Amino acid sequence: MKSKTWLNHFSLLLVGLLFSITVSAQQKTVEGKVLDNVSGTPLVGASVTVKGSENGVLTNATGQFTISVPSGATQLTISYSGYATTDVNITSGKLEVKLSVSSSSLADVVVIGYGTTRKKDLTGSVATLSTKDFVKGALTTPEQLIQGKVAGVQITSNSGAPGAGSTIRIRGGSSLNASNDPLIVLDGMPLDNGGIAGQANPLALINPNDIESFTILKDASAAAIYGSRASNGVIMITTKKGSRGRPLVNFNSQFSVGVIAKKADVLTGDEIRSFVNANGNASLKALLGAENTDWQSQIYQNAISSDNNISIRGSVKNLPYRVSLGYLNQNGILKTGNLSRYTAGINLNPTFFKNHLKVDLNVKSSLSKNKFANEGAIGSAVNFDPTQAVYSAKQEYGGYWEWLDPASATGLKALAPRNPLGILMQREDQSDVMRHVANVVVDYKFHFLPALRAVVNAGVDMAEGNGTIVVPEQAASTFKRFKDPNNVFHSGVNNEYRQTRQNSYLNAYLNYAADLKGIKSKLDLTAGYEFQDYLTTNYNFPDKTFNGTIVTTPNFEFDKPQYRLASALGRANLNVMDKYLVTASIRQDGSSKFNGDNRFGLFPSAALAWKISEESFLKNSKTISDLKLRFGYGVTGQQDGIGYYDYISYYNLSSNTAQYQFGNSFYQMFRPGGYYFNRRWEQTATTNIALDFGLFDGRISGTVELYKRETKDLLNEINQPAGTNFSNKIVANVGNMENKGVEFTLNLQPIRNAKLTWDVSFNATYNENKITRLTISEDPNYAGARFGGISGGTGNTIMIHSVGYNRGAFFVYKQVYDQTGKPIDNLFADRNRDGIINERDLYQYKGVDPRMFFGFSTNISTGKWNAGLVARANVGNYMYNNVASSTGTVRNILNPIGYINNGSRDVLTSGFSGNGSNYYLSDYYIQNASFFRIDNINVGYNLGSVLRNKANLRISANVQNALVVTKYTGIDPEINGGIDNNFYPRPRTFVLGLNLDF
Amino acid sequence: MIKIDFMKRNIVNTAFLLALSSVLLVSCSKQLDLLPLNDITSEQVYSTPEGYKQAFAKLYGSFATTGNNGPAGNGDIQGLDEGTSDFLRLYWKAQELSTDEAVVAWGDPGIQDFHNMNWSASNPMLTGLYYRSYYQITLCNDFLRQATDENLSTRGIAGADAEQIRKYKPEARFLRAYQYWVLMDLFGNVPFATDEQALGSFTPKQISRADLFKYVEDELKAIENELPSAKGNEYGRADKAAAQALLARLYLNAGVYTGSARYADALTYAKKVIDGGYTLIADYSRMMRADNNSNTSEFIFTINYDGLKTQNWGGTTFLTHAAVGGDMVAADFGVDGGWFGLRTTSRMAELFPDVTGSVDKRSQFFTQGQNREINDLTNFKDGYAITKYRNVKTNNAPGSNLTWVDIDFPLFRLAEMYLIYAESAARSGSAAEKTNAVNYINLLRQRAYGNSNGNIAGAALTADFVLEERARELYWEGHRRTDLIRYGKFTDGGYVWPWKGGVKGGTGVAAFRNVYPLPSADVSSNPNLKQNSGY
Repeated sequence: MKSKTWLNHFSLLLVGLLFSITVSAQQKTVEGKVLDNVSGTPLVGASVTVKGSENGVLTNATGQFTISVPSGATQLTISYSGYATTDVNITSGKLEVKLSVSSSSLADVVVIGYGTTRKKDLTGSVATLSTKDFVKGALTTPEQLIQGKVAGVQITSNSGAPGAGSTIRIRGGSSLNASNDPLIVLDGMPLDNGGIAGQANPLALINPNDIESFTILKDASAAAIYGSRASNGVIMITTKKGSRGRPLVNFNSQFSVGVIAKKADVLTGDEIRSFVNANGNASLKALLGAENTDWQSQIYQNAISSDNNISIRGSVKNLPYRVSLGYLNQNGILKTGNLSRYTAGINLNPTFFKNHLKVDLNVKSSLSKNKFANEGAIGSAVNFDPTQAVYSAKQEYGGYWEWLDPASATGLKALAPRNPLGILMQREDQSDVMRHVANVVVDYKFHFLPALRAVVNAGVDMAEGNGTIVVPEQAASTFKRFKDPNNVFHSGVNNEYRQTRQNSYLNAYLNYAADLKGIKSKLDLTAGYEFQDYLTTNYNFPDKTFNGTIVTTPNFEFDKPQYRLASALGRANLNVMDKYLVTASIRQDGSSKFNGDNRFGLFPSAALAWKISEESFLKNSKTISDLKLRFGYGVTGQQDGIGYYDYISYYNLSSNTAQYQFGNSFYQMFRPGGYYFNRRWEQTATTNIALDFGLFDGRISGTVELYKRETKDLLNEINQPAGTNFSNKIVANVGNMENKGVEFTLNLQPIRNAKLTWDVSFNATYNENKITRLTISEDPNYAGARFGGISGGTGNTIMIHSVGYNRGAFFVYKQVYDQTGKPIDNLFADRNRDGIINERDLYQYKGVDPRMFFGFSTNISTGKWNAGLVARANVGNYMYNNVASSTGTVRNILNPIGYINNGSRDVLTSGFSGNGSNYYLSDYYIQNASFFRIDNINVGYNLGSVLRNKANLRISANVQNALVVTKYTGIDPEINGGIDNNFYPRPRTFVLGLNLDF
Repeated sequence: MIKIDFMKRNIVNTAFLLALSSVLLVSCSKQLDLLPLNDITSEQVYSTPEGYKQAFAKLYGSFATTGNNGPAGNGDIQGLDEGTSDFLRLYWKAQELSTDEAVVAWGDPGIQDFHNMNWSASNPMLTGLYYRSYYQITLCNDFLRQATDENLSTRGIAGADAEQIRKYKPEARFLRAYQYWVLMDLFGNVPFATDEQALGSFTPKQISRADLFKYVEDELKAIENELPSAKGNEYGRADKAAAQALLARLYLNAGVYTGSARYADALTYAKKVIDGGYTLIADYSRMMRADNNSNTSEFIFTINYDGLKTQNWGGTTFLTHAAVGGDMVAADFGVDGGWFGLRTTSRMAELFPDVTGSVDKRSQFFTQGQNREINDLTNFKDGYAITKYRNVKTNNAPGSNLTWVDIDFPLFRLAEMYLIYAESAARSGSAAEKTNAVNYINLLRQRAYGNSNGNIAGAALTADFVLEERARELYWEGHRRTDLIRYGKFTDGGYVWPWKGGVKGGTGVAAFRNVYPLPSADVSSNPNLKQNSGY
């Protein structure tokens, strides 16, 4: 009964909201112009509102505005992203408002978990970046906008393929077998980190042009409010919103050409001929061709791409909106690869009841049409005999030259590689991926108690990927791959794949902000509830040859893995005299991935901050404008990247190619799965101490942070005692690890005058990682968990997690060198001096992760010109050169199976025979991959007003991936995972762009 | 008015909203109970007799497959390449590559350790084999618990259905006994778990080799009469003869396992199998062919493979492909290409009167383009190749698939029983037994020679002769390491072969290598385990 009346009132409220009309009193008109205080450049799209109201407009392409205000209004508030918000008195005549750049942006309001705060009131480690900070250029995915910009945040693109995602590590990551990816929160809604079939990068749906800001929560006191998913930090993305006033249109267009920056260094046809003639046997010599084919040139191309975006923002009556459309067409430098992406975004942000009710609706949709190039061609081009022609001048195998064996059923030489261009051109892998993310945030400030707000955020994230793989019948790669029961051969591939995702999200919280005037304090309390549901449907299809003959049929048409999280959260902020800040938060998370007893985890945090510069002894300092000391501690959890149902054993039905025969019948088998009943939350405790400083009115500002993160109950794949489980390895909660580090950020404005402004920002991070426990019982023979599969041999791994060492150390033999410094073939140090070389002589050497990494950006603007540069450097990261180890041996070139390969030029240096297998694990192949890279150089020119003063035009030029300086000999020193095995090269891209505002 | 209403209710509403989270959390705890769609619980699997049989099939099937997706993709054993996690492939390597019967050209991690005789506790192949054996044991233990009378009646399975399921139990115990024999033979003192303890409730204790011998012996004797009579079960399933054959092999090696020889028992049990009605197939060259499932007169217990329905990258697929290379024509072996891996040492060639097979048909060498001696282990052309495994039917048509082969693998066949009988007789038998033994040997040799030219006389029957005859008859079938250990020749410097101990001329190694080390993966996770001495 009671709830029913409550519901009635709520619907009344809704009706009222839909028909709310602002009854206007007498009005007057104010005109003016908004400019940069230093350069005098007009600011386009600055927000102009009557102070204390939402009634406002935006400046036009020449910085002009006209606003109608109530006759009693006395002040306007002018704000613009990246500039200090200013109030001006309304005077008669035209206003000229000059805004100054807020280099420290301390006045800004930043988005934090479940709320916002003033940047100067932050107690945790939080980095914010807005449009003016973003990396410029032809960037197709959001995370590239902030690459190298934030201390402690390492962003590495996964490959040079169109639309490829990135691996993001905040403070080094805190997990071993669980995910090390940060949580991504889009407009308040946590996203699923998983990709979708046909699109590996979950962020690719977001058009970078729609992003207003990033907030990165690095330490536990900031992130613990996200509890279970926050151990690896949180990246919050806020998209651009609608605004009041006349529609403003932005159109930008970019045209780019990507070229290959570096090819793998292999031998030429002539070199192979002389090598084989000098070292090969007669039968190999007889196989030599007369060509000089550069297979890498055959498979790569110059990649032309374009990216066009248009957005309109403004308001219809009282409904601010922003609508955007984007079309990206990106070619890969590997032939046949292409991404066509259509994006659309709508944001509506109406307010009602004199701002008591704010509604924020965000809808993002994207359609990606992918053509995936067969990346197997990359390794094949490195390895394929350069003395052979590309084409055979025959019909067979589509006309491509191949290694033949007339005695075999296929006519092809078994185990020999296939023509690189053939495998590239003869495979069509196409997908269409749709994704829609929508959420609505309703923020209601109670009428009877404006200090109390209720916020509800509900959203859905839906995706659907469909794809097909077609290989024609004549292709050598799948020639005669299936013999049917009638002994007829079938060739080629004609397969499909499909996956859908339906994730839903609900969050509701109350926020109470009280002014405790008696003790000159402010109290801010938040309590809420959150529910997340992640549902994927994986469809299974038969494997078919090109003509549709079924090779295998799946047992089930589809599977629906699903997991859920339910959470309660609370936070209290206390601000005493604007000098002392206290934050405490707590979150309880429940995950469906754990059994009922272990399901809930509690994640608390607390932080203190002291704004020293507010103390009387500094308050009037001319030098020190800001000084704040922060201390935080918190516990976060992790459950991403593990099985969904592993706490009990489930039975899996074997496929119809894995049946067992009794008598004359075959049986599909039921197999009990491995399980770990007691699996629970992995927990990371973080301590953070930081000092924020600003000098000379913010012209020098920065932060120094020290952190220590200790992870316990590591989700760690450990061996199970034999005889106790259905799996010999299971992800259990065993082990401890710690990360310690220092971060340093410095922003400078060395020159700021009417002619020239020059900004420099620099960040540096030092991180040290150490595993302190891994197993249940101690065994001196147990070196650790080996991983990192390499190409070469079967089942070779190059890395190890060992107690006392950094995560991801290389586990290698110590190469012995002769007096001239040349490695001696198959001679390794007998480290344990037992007279034999075996696994016990392997040792932990260096590691994948950099010890230090740096980011540097600078920007100069003078008059209508501006220029900038973004650079990064990693120091102390090592790479396993798998291209050299798997191809740079005599045995690889003179393949004993009876064909010739190409190989890494390293074979001429090492002279390795390729006999045995230990050489794969030689530390000779572990190379220092420290690097300095200029990610971006850009120049822009503002042409100013065009189209009869109605529009403003800017043009720009960029070079991306402009320069890499490194000792590493492979094609790129920056490869996730530290194994260089035929990496898709990052192109060097030249970009021309134009930007039109009207 | 609305405002007033709100004010009236504000305390109630606020309290309601504040309480909401905890209420929802509690109610959502149920929402957090999720089940997979296609994978099912044990209650569902074991609710029908068909489910029991499909779970039972996995007990056997884990011999023949590496996981639940053929040929690979959903492996049973984690931590090594799935293709190399197959029982037969790993067992064969451990038993053959460490001896004079086989060498391999490859560089897979740990594989050359077998030639070098320098394996360590972290050798991935030994680790995989160990876990594969325990995997099957764990499945058997669990199945036996699921198939108790109590569980059957709770699940409403009665009458003929229940009777059928009860018959699976001695077979599960046979498979478990077999794998414990494998572990005892290879690793010595190993962790011990039976169906007495529920999974997850305990950490296994280490059992001594002698105690495990007793356990395996008792188990086999206990089920001997519960199993169907010889050849009385479906093809591929164990019968009484399988248990007796394992007992014969167990007793033959009793001296190694317990310190006291049991040759008389070995002879007794070999004889029981021989009397079970088995006869040798006529043509030795048809032993390992695509349609060798018809060799039921000789095969006692097999691992069944099928090129279409039982696919994996190990088993006889490995034995066939890996042995093809050099100038060999893959099509002759019913496969789409060789893997250029396995050959043999000249020690094997010396055992036969000639290498062409014209005298002794068991001499199946491929010599064209191959060097008899091995200069480079990694060169396929060094060392004669072996043509024993051919995915070709007796009518010379290829098997059902050119990649995955159809050849079944006999874990026990009659010839071995003859040889156990002969060796036991030669070592400690009566005159009558020796006469029988000579007859059995001559049955093998007549088949091999096609006439009686190769027959031996009584005086020739010595233990050493039987060892050589075992090599001629059973080479590449996974017996050699056990045999050499029984004869004291495995590690000893007195008997060497090319590349024994990693030296071209061959060298002895320390005697502790007569057992393999317990994998450090298990020693580090089971505090009850003590590593074998020397490792």
